[in-house]
Formats: sequence, structure tokens, C-alpha cells
Amino acid sequence: MSKLIVKDLCCQRGYNQLFSGLSFEANSSNILRITGPNGSGKTSLLKILAGLNAPEHGIVTFDEFGINSSEYQKHIFYLGHSQALSSELSVLENLEFLMCLNENIKKQLLENAINKIGLNGYKDEYCSKLSAGQKRRVILAGLFLSKAKLWLLDEPFTALDSDGIIIIEKLIQEHSDNGGVCIFTTHQDSSLKNQEVLEL
Amino acid sequence: MNIYTQTLKRDLRIAIRNPSSVMNPLLFFVISISLFPLAISPESSTLSQIAAGIIWVASMLSVLLSLNTLFHNDFENGVLEQMAISHYSLPLLILSKIISHWILTGIPIILLSPLLGVILFLDTDSIIILMLTLLLATPSLSLIGSIGASLIVGIKNSGMLLSLLILPLYIPILIFAASAVSQAQFGLNIDLQIYLLAAILVISLMTVPFISAISLKISLE
Repeated sequence: MSKLIVKDLCCQRGYNQLFSGLSFEANSSNILRITGPNGSGKTSLLKILAGLNAPEHGIVTFDEFGINSSEYQKHIFYLGHSQALSSELSVLENLEFLMCLNENIKKQLLENAINKIGLNGYKDEYCSKLSAGQKRRVILAGLFLSKAKLWLLDEPFTALDSDGIIIIEKLIQEHSDNGGVCIFTTHQDSSLKNQEVLEL
Repeated sequence: MNIYTQTLKRDLRIAIRNPSSVMNPLLFFVISISLFPLAISPESSTLSQIAAGIIWVASMLSVLLSLNTLFHNDFENGVLEQMAISHYSLPLLILSKIISHWILTGIPIILLSPLLGVILFLDTDSIIILMLTLLLATPSLSLIGSIGASLIVGIKNSGMLLSLLILPLYIPILIFAASAVSQAQFGLNIDLQIYLLAAILVISLMTVPFISAISLKISLE
């Protein structure tokens, strides 16, 4: 059983303290939705959980692995604000490289994921030719392939149409049903079942 | 194919599809050197005396020009973030990017140098020594340059800052490499310069990827 433990986390950006004394736990099958006004520290919290930002103080562990261990990093799939796509590469080439940073995925599975996310016929298209929503879908296609137990998704529904939102919500629900943990931020309403809300 | 080879292949593929970023520093290298005979003197004795210095200064500046592209695009589009949170070694991922940078800038400079040496009336033996110094030292230029590129990656319009940070570190390489070619022209022994350039390369190879990884992590915060 997987468990994310966050204890007494404090985050400061410049002269502003975004949050302090933040503690929570997320167990297998938990979906945690982080809400709060702009600038409340939602993205900073996810970046800390992903190991990109260092907290002022506090402890984060996942299955007892510390945040800077490679074991911890093996367990996470992080989606930030930026799309992590190179405009000179095709959809397939971008996704192949991004997934390779986590694990080796067969080309056939990559193509299946691209089709499932609704980008049929776009696998060889350069990412510079895609719309914002399509670019978002490319990286979200990684959710079909990721074996990571902890998903950290920063505004995953941004730029997606209603069909795209339904696909991603279904994926998050399936991940939770399979014992994974998902922490995401959003300003939109979400119809996910059994989600807990953390207000910053 | 492992992730380090994939990173190298990806960077080369991006450069091939966006050739202007690679061609600009090389054009600068060729044009700036070919202007010297027009500006100073077309005399072979004058040009051959200063040829080593001219070619080495131009190589150093063209590598410096190309350093902005090393991390900038991947920082802007978020790929560096994904590299930083990957469980693979960030220093080795950075080393793959540095190797691709050297393939795209260092190797063309080495290959173009005989032609430019002929333009500046360098003799055949000196051209061979020039190519040897470039082969030993251009990887060091890419490696050391990556420290500056990683430090300034999040700062806009930071070309001047990069030059100020990196040029002092390039000076020893410039001195040893240019003096090796000059001494070779007079038939003097150049073992010391070659050993020193090799030592700089080995030390850079062993330390720079780790320093750049730390700088990048700081820039990503």
C-alpha cells in the first residue's frame, strides 16, 4: 500500500510565506484536489512534492523514500504548467523522449496512447503545428503509459475541451481504482468520485 | 537505446530541423577570420604570425555565441524540469547535451580550421597542430561554457552576463592552445601545452556535469 506523508511543510517565495505547517497524508486510491486562490502556493506545493523546489522546512516521503532519492523519483509522474514539448519534434518523438525519462516504452504502446488521447493521425505532426489543447493532450497521453504510483498534475484540464476533460478524469479514476495516488490542482469543478479537497 | 543516447540523438535532431541556431556561430567563425587578411594585410609573413591567435579567438567567441542555445529552449518548454525529476542521473543527461553541443559546434570548427589556416598562410605542420589543439580544447569550451549557460538559463537577455562569467575561464585554454600553434611554427616543443590542454579536458569532464546539474537545479527553483 502506497503512502505519501507530508509533515510540517513550509514554503517561502521571496518575502512571501505561501504556506507553513502544512501536513497531510495521501494513501493508495486517494485523489487529492488542491484548491486556493492565485498565488496561494498550489504550484509551489506540487513542485516541492515533485522534488523541483526545496521547502523552507518540512518532510515529504512516499513509501518511506525521501524526496531526493531516485526511488522516490521513480514513483512520480509530474505534469507542470509547461507542456515539455519541443516544437521541432513530432508528437511521437516528444512523447517517446518524455516517457524514456521514466521508463522504456514500446513504440506501439506510444502510438496507442496517442490514439486514445484523441490525436489519431497526428503522431508525425510537429508540435509547433498543434493547438494549445492538442499540446496538452500530448503530455497527458503519458498518463496512459505511466507506471508511476504518484501522479502530480498541475492544472491538467487547462486548454482541454469537454471530451479531453472526460478522458483525463476517467484516467485519474482508473489510476485511483488501481491503488495509485493522484494529487492535482484545478480551478474548475471536477466530477471525480471520492476526491478529497485541500484548501491552501 | 538508453536515455543518454536518446538525449544526444534528440538534441541533434532538433538542431538539424532548426539549422540557423547551429549555422550562425559557424558563419561568424568563418566570416570573422576571412576578414582579417582584408583588414590587416594580405602579406603571408604578417598573417601566418598571427594566424593561431586569430583562429583561436574566433573559435572561442563562436562557441560562446552558441552557448545560449544549450539549455534555453528546454528550460522554456519545460523539458529540463522533466529531466531534473527523472530518476536518471542529471549530470549524465547534461553531459549528453554538452556532447551534442560539441558535435554541432566543436567538430565543424575543427573541420573548417584547415581551410582557414590556408587562408592565413599557416604551413601544413602548424595546421595539424592547430587541429590537435582544437580537438583537445573545444570539448573543454563546451563543458566549461555549460556552467555559465546553466547559471543564466532563467535570465532574459543574459548574453553579456554569460560572456563575463565564462571568458575568464576560457583564457588559460586560449593561452595554451594559441601558444602551442605559435611554438610549432618555430619548430619548438609543444608537449607542455598539449598536456595542459588534456588535463583541463579531463578535469572539466569529471567535474563540470555535476556543477552544471547543481546550477540548473537552482535555476529551476
